[in-house]
Amino acid sequence: MNSAALLFRYLAISLRGQLQYRASFLMAALGNLLNCLIELAGIWVLFDRFGNLSGWSFAEVAFFCGTINATYAIGELLATGFDQFGMLYVKTGDFDRLLLRPRSTVLQLAGHELSLRRLGRLLPGIVIVVAAWTALDLPLEADRVALLAFAMAGGVAFFFALMVLQATMCFWTTESLELMNILTYGGVETASYPLPIYHRLFRRFFTFVVPLACIGYFPIVAVLGVDDPLGTSRMFQVAAPLAGFAFLGVAIGVWHLGARRYTSTGS
Amino acid sequence: MKPDIRPLVAVVSARYRTLLQYRAAAFAGFATQLFWGAIRLMILAAFFAAATEPQPMNLTQVVAYVWLGQALLGMLPWNVDADFRAQVRDGTVAYDLLRPLDLYSYWFGRTLAFRVAAPTLRGIPMVLFSMALLPLVGLGDWALTPPASVVAFAGFVAALVVAAMLATAVTLLAHISLLWTISGIGMDRILTVLVTIFSGLVVPLPLFPDWLQPFLNWQPFRGLADVPYRIYSGNIPPSEIAGELLFTLVWVIVLVLLGRLILLRGVRRMVVQGG
Repeated sequence: MNSAALLFRYLAISLRGQLQYRASFLMAALGNLLNCLIELAGIWVLFDRFGNLSGWSFAEVAFFCGTINATYAIGELLATGFDQFGMLYVKTGDFDRLLLRPRSTVLQLAGHELSLRRLGRLLPGIVIVVAAWTALDLPLEADRVALLAFAMAGGVAFFFALMVLQATMCFWTTESLELMNILTYGGVETASYPLPIYHRLFRRFFTFVVPLACIGYFPIVAVLGVDDPLGTSRMFQVAAPLAGFAFLGVAIGVWHLGARRYTSTGS
Repeated sequence: MKPDIRPLVAVVSARYRTLLQYRAAAFAGFATQLFWGAIRLMILAAFFAAATEPQPMNLTQVVAYVWLGQALLGMLPWNVDADFRAQVRDGTVAYDLLRPLDLYSYWFGRTLAFRVAAPTLRGIPMVLFSMALLPLVGLGDWALTPPASVVAFAGFVAALVVAAMLATAVTLLAHISLLWTISGIGMDRILTVLVTIFSGLVVPLPLFPDWLQPFLNWQPFRGLADVPYRIYSGNIPPSEIAGELLFTLVWVIVLVLLGRLILLRGVRRMVVQGG
C-alpha cells in the first residue's frame, strides 16, 4: 500500500470512530463555532465604536479574520496527532510502537485523527470569507481565487509545522507546553488584523522568524487588490506563502533530530 | 445549625497549596498572557488612534483594563475544576455527601480556592511586569498606571473580593450542573462564551454600542471584571463605587440561592457512578 492510500485508510477509520459519538462531537464543534463568532463580534463592536482601523474597513478585517480561522482549522484538522503527541505517545511510551512500524512517523501521526470538531471553526471561517468577498464587491477572478487557495495551503503547512514543533519539544519536556499556544491561538488572533497596526518588532518577528504574515497578511493584501501601507511589492505578496512550506520543511527536519533523541518512558 | 468555619478554612488552604505546586505551568501561562495583553493593546490603540470624538473610556483606562484582565484571567469562571469533574464521573462525589458539613458551603470553599489560587501566582508577576518593567524599557505608554486614587484602590480591592465570590457562585452552578450532564463539556463551552463576552474580556464593555448599554449594565458578569477594573482606573467615579458593589453583591446572593436550590434537587435525583 502506498503512503497516500495508507493515510486515507487511517483517516477513514478515525472518521468512523468519531461518528460513534455524535453528541460529543456536536458539542465540541459548537464550542469552536462560538469562539470564532465571539472573535468576529469583538471586531464588529470595535468598528461600530470607532468607524475604521487606520484606513481598513470592517469587511477587510473580517476577510483577514475568516481566512486565518479557516486556514488554522484545516491545519488543526490534519495535525491532531502532533497536537496531542506528548500526552498520547511520549508520556505513555506508545511512540515505541510507531517507531517499530516500517513507515515514517510523520505519516503515522498525520493519520492519527481527522478531528471533526475542527469543522466548527472551518465552516464559519469560510462563511465569513464569502460574505466579506461579497461585501467588498471583489470580482470573482480565477487568479484571485487561486492566490487565496495558495495562501491557505501555505497557511495549513505553517500551522501543521507549528504542531510538529510543539510535538518535537515533547522529546525534551515529555509533556506539551502551553507556550506554543502563543503562536497557534495567538497567531490566529494576530493575523485577524492587518499587520501594519502592530509594533515594528512584532511585524519582523511574524515575517522573518515565524512567517505568519507571509501566509496571512501579505497574500491577502494582493487578493484584496489594495496597496500595502508597508510598501511591499505584488511580486513579494504573491510569492510569500512559499515561506509556509519552507517552514514545514524546517519543522520536519527538527522533528527527525528530536526523534533520534527519544528515549522511551518505559513503564 | 451552628456554623463552624474551621473545616472550610482547612479545605480552602489544602486546595490552595495543591494548586500552587504547578510552577512551570504558571510560567507558561504568564508568557501566554503577556503576549495576549500586548496584542490586545496594539489592536485597541490602533482603533483609538483613528478616533476623532471623545470615547466613554480613554486609552490609559483601556490599558489598565487590559493588563488587569490578563493578570486576573484565572479568576473568571470560564471553566470547571477538572478534579471535580473526575469526582462526579467516577462516583467519589458520594463521599462529599457523607461529610458532616453543609454541602453547598463545602463546595463553595473548594471552588473559591480553585478560582483564587491561580491568579495570585500569575497575577502578581503580571502586575509587577506591566507596572514597573514596561516604563523601564521605554514603553511607558503601555504600562499599567497606578490606581486613580486611594479611594479607587480601596474600592478596587473590595470589588475584587465581591468578584471572587461572584466567580465562585457562577463556577459552582456549572459544577452542580455536572450532576446532570456528567461530562460537563456542553455547560463549560456556554459558560466560556457568556463570561468572556459579558465580563468585558473580549472588548471593554463601555466600548460596546450605546443601545446595548442598558442590557450590559444589568447582567451579572460585569461584576467579574468590568466593575473592578473601571473602579481601579477611575472610569467609575468614587461616588458610584458603593452602588456598584451592592449591585454585584445582590447578584452573588441571587446566584447562591439559585445554586442551593438546584443542588437540593440534584442530590435528590443523583445517580452515583462507578462501583
